[in-house]
Amino acid sequence: MSDEADLSRRHFLTVATSVAGGVGVVLAATPFVASFRPSARAQALGGPVQVDISKVDAGAMVRVIWRGQPVWVLRRTPDMMQRLESVPVASLKDPNSDESDQPEYAKNATRAVKTDILVVVGNCTHLGCAPIERFDVAPADLGPDWVGGFFCPCHGSRFDLAGRVMAGSPAPTNLPIPPYRFVGDNLVLIGDDTGASA
Amino acid sequence: MSGARTEAAAGNGRMAQLVGWIDERFPLTSLIREHATEYYAARNFNTWYVFGVLAMVVLVIQLVTGIFLTMNYKPSAEDAFASVEYIMRDVQWGWLIRYMHSTGASAFFIVVYLHMFRAMLYGSYKNPRELLWLIGMTIYLALMAEGFFGYLLPWGQMSYWGAQVIVSLFGAVPAIGADLVEWIRGDYFISDITLNRFFAFHVVAVPLVLVMLVVMHIMALHETGSLNPDGIEIKQHKDSRGIPLDGIAFHPYYTAKDLVAIVIFLALFAAVVFFAPEMGGYFLEHANFEPASMLKTPEHIAPVWYFTPFYAILRSVPSKGWGAFLMVAAIVLLFFMPWLDRCRVKSIRYRGWTYKLALGVFAVSFVALGYLGLQPATEKVYVYAARVFSALYFAFFLLMPFYTRAEKTRPVPERVAYHAGK
Repeated sequence: MSDEADLSRRHFLTVATSVAGGVGVVLAATPFVASFRPSARAQALGGPVQVDISKVDAGAMVRVIWRGQPVWVLRRTPDMMQRLESVPVASLKDPNSDESDQPEYAKNATRAVKTDILVVVGNCTHLGCAPIERFDVAPADLGPDWVGGFFCPCHGSRFDLAGRVMAGSPAPTNLPIPPYRFVGDNLVLIGDDTGASA
Repeated sequence: MSGARTEAAAGNGRMAQLVGWIDERFPLTSLIREHATEYYAARNFNTWYVFGVLAMVVLVIQLVTGIFLTMNYKPSAEDAFASVEYIMRDVQWGWLIRYMHSTGASAFFIVVYLHMFRAMLYGSYKNPRELLWLIGMTIYLALMAEGFFGYLLPWGQMSYWGAQVIVSLFGAVPAIGADLVEWIRGDYFISDITLNRFFAFHVVAVPLVLVMLVVMHIMALHETGSLNPDGIEIKQHKDSRGIPLDGIAFHPYYTAKDLVAIVIFLALFAAVVFFAPEMGGYFLEHANFEPASMLKTPEHIAPVWYFTPFYAILRSVPSKGWGAFLMVAAIVLLFFMPWLDRCRVKSIRYRGWTYKLALGVFAVSFVALGYLGLQPATEKVYVYAARVFSALYFAFFLLMPFYTRAEKTRPVPERVAYHAGK
């Protein structure tokens, strides 16, 4: 046996030990990182919510909470539908909802499954504030071009009656549409769209 | 070691014997010498040099009051708001402890901002103190995290919506944004789960990191030695015993000076705690006296004042992704100060008009952005003003390599200039 240290052997052992130790550290860290994800209870509480809209009149809106978010269900009147159609495409940031978050079956002109029923998450896509409904036409504070929609008081984002964001708003995309399906004529199941198609 | 022992033994009495006993087992005397009685700092420190010590005083206030607050605070969405009110109304002296803690948070940032500005004035971030600056910047980051986590704990409306705004910023990260936000919250919204983990960060994880970083910061400072308002390295001129000619022992000279600053600071601190703990809504925002409600956004969301310069930058950009990017960049650029600044001269006393002007513009921009970040976003004037000041803020850093390279500096003296009684 020589007194000289075998440096290449030592180097190999150092690298091998470091790699093995590194793998161990990553594996040991995994449960801690994963523990940050929603717990089983949080996931259960985040399950789908059923809404009965038989008592929602045309032009009225109900708010329900799904996963801690306000979800709005608005029954649009024929007049509102006309006003929605009258919104010039040039005044919208994302008129066809290409950049926005919605299920495939709600990626259409009215952003809805049934054209008159709008189901939308009432969280501004800018920084998560709750926009307020402003269905009045051309009010003093919102200007003569306002044909009804939603206005965010935090940073002034504007959305039309289909939750589409107006150009010039800080919000980047349209209000998100949650996954949902109709389980009856007037029964909406929010958070579950099993069997729904585009 | 042996020198320390001899001296301790030379003093008579039991105290000296005890110190000698300790010194054989723990480097007590040598630590005191290295960091106090034989730590030599330049003799020309001015008032700008008290803020480091003051930051440590505030750290102690925060740690002590914080520990006592946790004894009555309950980190759950159900109980949090009520437990803070319980501390304010029912706990003996609870109001004082809580106001000290909430005022301490703002005091921390005031003191740290002045401390950082001192470094910018006299070039304390320059070679060989780059690591000292980087550690200090990391302390600043940890402090921001501490402030942010702590602000959710009272579970008021501003706690809730402020956290909502900041957490949703992580959604701007490409590809993994949405998952990242969910991972941070541990739920599909800011909930009890989020509050509980923020509590853990605020009272255990971040304070531990902060204390370790502060120790590292002081170790790095005492390795290179403190700079001074003249920006001269005093170690270049030493006497026969190796003591810097322009240096004086930190203890008793600067400890005595710092004590004066501490007394003045504590007087001001007490005045705020007793007479204006809410500071007109700047230290404790009015909306936070309402319990958190996930369905009702406050009319106007503004973070606490110490975050508003960066918040104004975020809001001035009409794109979430770029806004978040620029906000992060505004902080990250500070880390690069030592390498962006190409001027050899350290102190502003001998630097050219370009840096003086740039630093002035930077300071004004920072304060102006802080003001604008507090204003509602609906006024177009404020948005445009925020854009102008954001541009100036970034220009200070990005143009620095150019305007500092060809700077016309004045000759730096060999020894520090101390004008007593001036």
